[in-house]
Amino acid sequence: MKVSVWKGGANGAFEEFEVPRHPSQTVLDVVTFIQRTLDPTLAYRYACRVGMCGSCAMTVNGVPRWTCRTHVDKVVRADRLQVGPLKNLPIVRDLVTDMREFFDKWARAKGQFQGSRTRSEDFDQVKPSSSERLQADAAIECIGCGVCYSACDVVAWNPDYLGPAALNRAWTLIKDERDSARLERLRAAAGDAGCHSCHTHMSCSERCPKHLSPTASIAGLKREVLKSLVRGEL
Amino acid sequence: MTPRLEMLLWIAQRASAAVLALCVAVHLATIIYAVQGGLTAAEILGRTRGNHAWLAFYSLFVLAASVHAPIGLRAVCLEWLRWRGASRDIALALFAAALAWLGMRAVFAVFT
Repeated sequence: MKVSVWKGGANGAFEEFEVPRHPSQTVLDVVTFIQRTLDPTLAYRYACRVGMCGSCAMTVNGVPRWTCRTHVDKVVRADRLQVGPLKNLPIVRDLVTDMREFFDKWARAKGQFQGSRTRSEDFDQVKPSSSERLQADAAIECIGCGVCYSACDVVAWNPDYLGPAALNRAWTLIKDERDSARLERLRAAAGDAGCHSCHTHMSCSERCPKHLSPTASIAGLKREVLKSLVRGEL
Repeated sequence: MTPRLEMLLWIAQRASAAVLALCVAVHLATIIYAVQGGLTAAEILGRTRGNHAWLAFYSLFVLAASVHAPIGLRAVCLEWLRWRGASRDIALALFAAALAWLGMRAVFAVFT
């Protein structure tokens, strides 16, 4: 098959390689083959190879995907594949993007847990069946791959927008009964840079490899902000 | 603009959208009803002149549109023109005032 791979920085170009097909071959296998046998200068990022670490996301035939769990059979078109770096992130080189802004936005959305108990106090009890816990559970399995961020139109249009992953993280903490920074987090996750800029295009939910729905989390944040405003807390 | 004001703008846009959904439905139904058997200025004025119910309805319609449209344009200005900050918000506040003024002028023109 013919594989076009992005080479260079922002002003780079696609370079074509001929790669043999194998059964159960993943896109990451293809990129690894190119780097090991055809072009040792090719830069790309991966770690676990089993869909846990979130480091191998790339744009495959125009769509952001986790490459280690994407079979070539599923995405190849007319025996051609195009592999580029994730969109909406600065390119370091070839297939490697600079993820700093992506993770800085988690911090800006107050993505850090803040408890109120000391080590001398007993553990908080969170019932597995509680509504709050179930809502947090539905959003908690994010691996931070950046696929949603790359797929998001609003991130492309408004560089300040915190993006689906950071807002999804804020939502899981809003639903964490132990957390004590609810209002600060709602303030951080609201407004022009936050949940209120989401257009509900749902590209994040469509593309999330873990089948999470950041769109639902963002809608939840909007509801929580509204409730808190009505109560006069914000 | 503070985050609190941004949240309030979002709520104002959603609330005005709910009002507009009702107003547009009533407005369209009125058009469909009114054009049966032709439409004349005299017929329209006969319905609206001195009618306080229509005055209240169209005033609400105009004010909801004056709130709704500029807030939507605010996002369009940012996302398509990269225009943000005080200059954008002042321009849109003037646009909102112009919509309200022109709209209310039209409402009063068919009421009096």
